[in-house]
Amino acid sequence: MMRIYILIVFILTAQGSWAAGEDNMQHEFTYDLSDQAALQRGARTFVNYCLSCHSAAYMRFNRMGEDIGIPDSVLLENFMFGTDKVGSTMTVAMTKESANQYFGIAPPDLSVTARSRGAEWLYNYLMTFYLDPSKVSGVNNLVFKDVAMPHVLWELQGWQEAVNVEETGEDGLPVSRIDHLQLIAPPANKPEVYQDESYEETVSDLVNFMVYLGEPIKLQRYSFGIWVILYMFFLLIIVYFLKKEYWKDIN
Amino acid sequence: MIKYIIAFRDWIDARFPLIEEWNKHAAKYYAPKNFNFWYYFGVLSMVVLVIQLVTGIWLTMNYKPAADLAFASVEYIMRDVEWGWWIRYMHSTGSSAFFIVVYLHMYRALLYGSYKQPRELLWLIGMLIYFTLMGEAFFGYLLPWGQMSFWGAQVIISLFGALPIIGDDLSLWIRGDFVVSDVTLNRFFALHVIALPLVLCGLVVAHILALHEVGSNNPDGIEIKDHKDKNGIPLDGIPFHPYYTVKDTVGVVIFLILFASVVFFWPEMNGYFLEHANFIPADPLKTPEHIAPVWYFTPFYAILRAVPSQLGGVVAMGLATMLFCFLPWLDRSPVKSIRYRGWKYKSALAMFTISFVVLGWLGMQPVTPAFTWMARFFSIIYFLYFMILPCFTSSDADIIIKYYRLFVRGLLGISIIFLAIDLAPNLENINSNDAVAPNLYFIIVLLVLTVGLELSKFYSKDNDKSVPDRVRFP
Repeated sequence: MMRIYILIVFILTAQGSWAAGEDNMQHEFTYDLSDQAALQRGARTFVNYCLSCHSAAYMRFNRMGEDIGIPDSVLLENFMFGTDKVGSTMTVAMTKESANQYFGIAPPDLSVTARSRGAEWLYNYLMTFYLDPSKVSGVNNLVFKDVAMPHVLWELQGWQEAVNVEETGEDGLPVSRIDHLQLIAPPANKPEVYQDESYEETVSDLVNFMVYLGEPIKLQRYSFGIWVILYMFFLLIIVYFLKKEYWKDIN
Repeated sequence: MIKYIIAFRDWIDARFPLIEEWNKHAAKYYAPKNFNFWYYFGVLSMVVLVIQLVTGIWLTMNYKPAADLAFASVEYIMRDVEWGWWIRYMHSTGSSAFFIVVYLHMYRALLYGSYKQPRELLWLIGMLIYFTLMGEAFFGYLLPWGQMSFWGAQVIISLFGALPIIGDDLSLWIRGDFVVSDVTLNRFFALHVIALPLVLCGLVVAHILALHEVGSNNPDGIEIKDHKDKNGIPLDGIPFHPYYTVKDTVGVVIFLILFASVVFFWPEMNGYFLEHANFIPADPLKTPEHIAPVWYFTPFYAILRAVPSQLGGVVAMGLATMLFCFLPWLDRSPVKSIRYRGWKYKSALAMFTISFVVLGWLGMQPVTPAFTWMARFFSIIYFLYFMILPCFTSSDADIIIKYYRLFVRGLLGISIIFLAIDLAPNLENINSNDAVAPNLYFIIVLLVLTVGLELSKFYSKDNDKSVPDRVRFP
């Protein structure tokens, strides 16, 4: 029994392998789905900035509204730009062909990206765009090298520049490595609704929302689980004493 | 009321052997009274089988086995189908749970010698169940049509391509196409939802029938049928019903608590049960950097990667799974239970257990020179368990075993000499070449192992303890 217990603890605490590139993570981030207002703010950023190019084709607007407390009327007015049916999914008007023309690659659907990349990766990705004149979009990214996506959130974050350090490589020759990013141009005209929050908060809300987007039932399944397990502990007491009663004369 | 129920029972019993079968398999089926923790995993395998069958039927109602619809239909189940997420998580958790309980069930047999005479056929049917289960899991894993589904299937099917002459045609025949495609998905669906489940259920029935023919082993490894009272009832036996039905219910409820914890709180299990990369739709044009099978295949995957030649790897992997079938004949000891075995069996089993777990871990890691040599070392330990088992379980007077012992010892010695000859010219590069160092450690570790086996006289008969007549009750 002890061996099994150790194995379970090991599995629960061990870190599974996320997609490659995790070595470059500069920011720690743990998602939190408990703050409904944060999820609503994240949803707002998502539909305003992401949903123009990326779809979230497995997510329905009214499911989102129901889950994070946005009434249909508000959905229709402030969240839905391409469609007028609250039951429709978050598709995007841009066709694959034109997307390929603009970016060289079609932007992926974002429904389950939080599940494939992980929340911490997404947070780092959105935090670490930096100026790189060698790229068509003018920017590069610390966790997704040579990404085709431009820095869509620039008007919220401003522009960052890479600060390099000189190091001695394994072959003894000096190599240049990016040490950290530095904000060189703070956002000049932040949209009004974002005036009161820092960029970190905006990204944090957005990533929390994307974690919800990846698995909407996550908001409820923990509380279901508690009831199921409580019921089974109750059942366990009954069957345990039933067994004890039957077995009392076996020796 | 009772009168009518009894009348109904008798009506059936006059036309069907209801009471006879009930008595034969439950009420008058005598099982040893000293079953411990390890004896829950048989019934738990059946519980998981039922979970998989029932959730599988419900998943089939909404899943679409087509390359352009499959991924979306799984997300549809996760979001739009009422309680679809729950059914899906039970099924995905169930597949891992199946292997956990089956591995523990098999390990129980290694602990208490349950595969030994007269239970050889029971063990072989069990091995067939295990192979069917591996096929079932492999076919099922393609269905979500994520990146790991696609590339995992691609890698495993291409392994058949390594076989001489028929290889390429065989893998083409399995896929039905030149790459894993819609055709492959469709046939894997058919195999997963009907062909293999039918085989599995049939084999489970055969497994239980064979068990009830020979009777259960127990932690003491003593045949309870050797000591019967004047009515022919085993003295150390108790009727399966009600004693083990009520006891197993406790085990089942505890299992379901653990199972529900995973389903509701950790369905991805940090990427072990649901791999992160499988949330990216299958893309035949984009190979993932790191392809790893699900955890239950990784010990064999590590062995596959450890062998330098592809054909050799496939053969070694196949052998690693098949060798269990020969255990009843490789293990020649008259003692069944580990409780009465000598230190040699105990340490051999401990080494085997460690190698299985470490290989499982290595199978998930990316390939590096150090990991490859670790995998080679533990693969040798893995195979050594089966090779060395006849040596210390046979009597020292056995003339065939005498030559067999020489053969095993010689094989180890010659391998080390060959490896050393291979390494010698590179020794001076040891500081400038990272690949040479693990190579050297490997030979040193192997040498220590070989010398250790010689010094401890591991090849001679193990000093088993004497087995008591009757079972001990905890």
